[in-house]
Amino acid sequence: MSVPLLLEPRTRDTTDALAARLSARIARLLRRSLHIRHLDAGSCNGCDWEIQTLLGPVYDIQRLGIDIVASPRHADMLLVTGSVTRNLERAARATYEAMPQPGLVVAVGACACGGGVLHGSYCTAGGVNNVLPVDVYIPGCPPRPHALLHGLLVALDRLDPRIAAANVTVDVPQP
Amino acid sequence: MSHAIDGHHDGELERRMSNETRFAVAPDTLPNACLAVVEHLNARLALMVGEDERASSGMFRLSYTFAVAQGQWLTLETLIDPAEPAFPSVTPLVPAAHWYEREVQDMFGLTAVGHPDPRRLVHHDDWPDGLHPLRKDFDPSLPVPRVDRPAETFHTLHGEGFVEIPVGPIHAGVIEPGHFRFAAVGEAVFDLQPRLFYTHRGIEKLAEGKTPAQVLQLAERVCGACSCSHGVSYSQAVETLAGIEVPPRAAAVRTLYLELERLYNHLGDLGNICAGVSFAAGASFGAQLKEAVQRLNERVAGNRFLHGVNQIGGVRRDPSASDLHDIAATTTHIATEFRSFIEMMLSSDTVLERLKTTGFLPAATARALGAVGVAARASGVDVDSRRDHPHAGYPALPMPTPVVVRSEGDVYARVLVRSDEILATLAMIRAVLDTLPDGPAAVSPGRVPGGRAAFAVSESPRGENIHFVRTAPDGTIERYRVRSASYPNWPAVAACVPGNMVPDFPVINKSFELCYACLDR
Repeated sequence: MSVPLLLEPRTRDTTDALAARLSARIARLLRRSLHIRHLDAGSCNGCDWEIQTLLGPVYDIQRLGIDIVASPRHADMLLVTGSVTRNLERAARATYEAMPQPGLVVAVGACACGGGVLHGSYCTAGGVNNVLPVDVYIPGCPPRPHALLHGLLVALDRLDPRIAAANVTVDVPQP
Repeated sequence: MSHAIDGHHDGELERRMSNETRFAVAPDTLPNACLAVVEHLNARLALMVGEDERASSGMFRLSYTFAVAQGQWLTLETLIDPAEPAFPSVTPLVPAAHWYEREVQDMFGLTAVGHPDPRRLVHHDDWPDGLHPLRKDFDPSLPVPRVDRPAETFHTLHGEGFVEIPVGPIHAGVIEPGHFRFAAVGEAVFDLQPRLFYTHRGIEKLAEGKTPAQVLQLAERVCGACSCSHGVSYSQAVETLAGIEVPPRAAAVRTLYLELERLYNHLGDLGNICAGVSFAAGASFGAQLKEAVQRLNERVAGNRFLHGVNQIGGVRRDPSASDLHDIAATTTHIATEFRSFIEMMLSSDTVLERLKTTGFLPAATARALGAVGVAARASGVDVDSRRDHPHAGYPALPMPTPVVVRSEGDVYARVLVRSDEILATLAMIRAVLDTLPDGPAAVSPGRVPGGRAAFAVSESPRGENIHFVRTAPDGTIERYRVRSASYPNWPAVAACVPGNMVPDFPVINKSFELCYACLDR
């Protein structure tokens, strides 16, 4: 397993610059479409609201080729929030297993990154990496939408070698 | 007040808060005593706390707290012998007790004898029997095995044409996890059973042994979307217990933040209701206005969700003059935008067609379940803790809290309550800004005294949030109980869906806008 990358959301890029880079990378790597499944593994709803905000009119990530899809079977990436509670662990594993490979797991928020304030609870796993293989961590309580965009960009860098390794070829008729 | 329960109690207990009367009750007389309070005092069951006091008194304690009159609480307390860990269920006489008693069964192993629905609530099927996390002898550091037990969560319906539709816990949209099982005949929902507590994080157990200041961090993270209200409720409980009065400026700033929280939530909720009926323009409008308030939150308080604004003894983020100017300018702009938004939303026949008569919650059901907040007010129940249990800076405002009550009880009524409350909130923000007193924004709480208990309330966008705190002799937290507004309201959602069609469930759910994290803790 590759070493997870701790992401410091210190980018000085404006949201528009980030969005442009993200869009270009998605176009190159994933033929203009990054499909994401959100997985709430026991968060307080803060991180989830920020992910929802990305879909709203202000950030509007659909313009970049990104969509939140209804099923993990259609997803290239899981955005996981929460520290993985006991009552969601099975559902979290099942969601991951349903995602086709190569796929990415991104831990969103302090709880997902390492348990956060819930450290020591009898009914949480203490972070997503104790249950699923995490590729990128986006810290914050919750991370701001800008940090989420930066996190998506970093995560895509990890997909590049994996696509090459998997030797995936996709035949799509060029316009 | 005591005449209402004469003959049902064993004497009045010493007061722990000036606005609460407490009575000792024997377990056998508990159900009738609770019924007498509800019937004779027109009271609402607001909180039930279980406590493990075997180390001190040798007993378990159950405290049923009722909201009885303007600003007043009445609590009936009973002690249960660990040799016989059971008590007569209050639920057959006072239905609002149903979830509290199921939770006490799960968390303390005290059996509610005669409970009409004694299934598990917090624990799911694979939790071992006989393991109760809030007992003091439960060691949270030991792993809890998963066991193969018979599933008890759902009843099934049989009959020609019945279709069972399982939904969740992982949903198609970006929402919290919960499982809903619909029994439908064609498109009509006949029965809805929710299974919740997927996001149960053990927050109440985690709080035990921590200092009051440390637990504030947990309180703010019970729910991301009403973080400020949870922080205020918790801080006030500790302040009451310690006998601290926060400075007038701190109280007013808390009101300011609570109203900003209501503003961004209500705007987002109206947008989400538009999304629930596929009215994309309205959904975008709501999301845009919510974002504008969250950005204001960040500029003023340093966090888009108002995390970290409170401290015990006051507020950590005292807004500067330029912050206050920013709030005034931004909310003035939002007021104008909001008027065009709501006018657009409510002039669309396709929207109104979906909202009217959908998800009808009768007033009697809302009362029986002890519903609070927007859901209760839209069903004709006149309850708002900003007025009923004055807290933060509300009593000092030059205007009384405008309580919006409607009688229709449908999704449309819940939209109109939110819409009118947004206008009221904008007026209250303006009133706080106009009358904000100078002075310190916090006092030092000093050493929080040990061996005391108190609870406090604040009105979140979803309704009344109550936090109960008891300190151990050394001043750390001995017992922490969070009863969020979503707790009494979730059963109301399940009650009002049957009779509607399956595709209306999302908009009904969004019109209540309950929080799973708040409930599950």
